[in-house]
Amino acid sequence: MLSPLAFGGASSVLPELHRLVVESHHSMSDATFARLVALSQAAPGPNSLVFALVGWQVAGVAGALAATVAISGPSSLAIYFFMGFWEKIRGTRWQRIIQTGISPLAIGLVLASGCIITRGADNSWGTYGLTVATVVAVLNSRLNPLWLIGLGAVLGMTGAI
Amino acid sequence: MSWARRALVEDRGWLTSEEFTSLFGLCQFMPGPNTLNLAVCVGARFQGASGALVSLLGLLTVPFLVIIALGACYRHYGELPAIRGALHGIAAVTAGLLLAMGVQMGADLLKKPLLLIFSAAMLIGVLFLRWPLLSLMCALAPVSMWVAARRYCG
Repeated sequence: MLSPLAFGGASSVLPELHRLVVESHHSMSDATFARLVALSQAAPGPNSLVFALVGWQVAGVAGALAATVAISGPSSLAIYFFMGFWEKIRGTRWQRIIQTGISPLAIGLVLASGCIITRGADNSWGTYGLTVATVVAVLNSRLNPLWLIGLGAVLGMTGAI
Repeated sequence: MSWARRALVEDRGWLTSEEFTSLFGLCQFMPGPNTLNLAVCVGARFQGASGALVSLLGLLTVPFLVIIALGACYRHYGELPAIRGALHGIAAVTAGLLLAMGVQMGADLLKKPLLLIFSAAMLIGVLFLRWPLLSLMCALAPVSMWVAARRYCG
């Protein structure tokens, strides 16, 4: 059900997933949610597999399969049928209006995702510092995010933060 | 995504650079996970519906199994201080990566400041009002597109 709303990718529906599993159904804590997102971030493959992981945590393998189909199915059908139409309106005013109008909403959603994960993950000056340092590093360098993820893992494992 | 570009354009030569950019724009814009969208587009381009399905399954199957295995490890060993700490550190970095991505995407909007209001409204609606995404989308998207049409797409 979230799939057709996932403008901007899987990260923009994280807040909605969080609302459903943490706030409405109380299936897991804020911190568990943040850790599952972290786990899926560190794993190979599309980020959208966070849905599989959360589904698995809530309802086992069936939950994982259901969540994966739910997040990828509807949007895949949508883009399959939309491809032709998009090519047809390429370069028209309508295309610019849709694109320009939707992008601010996607930006708001991605920022909200960041805030929600911050809320679940950051509980000390060290972790807040790491989050801020990551933002600065991404904005000012072309460092591969995997290095930052590795650094976060090492700092966390050694208890430095 | 950069990895997808290398594989599709540079290594295999399945798409030209221009084709990739055009498809990429569509996949970013359309709802759904970007990489999965791209798999559907590329698969459909070569083999229609069956191609789309096969490339989707190809992209998902192995990572799906890996993530379930990781989840199982997490369930067994997740309470170990080292694992807990590592995930905690990764989560803090993940939060930063998401915020940075939002800021990078938002930088393009500085030329269209009026639209920043809609980003802010979405942020407030999600974080503080905690409204369902569907309601927020239905409320904000038409107004946002209307403003886009009046002010920025003349």
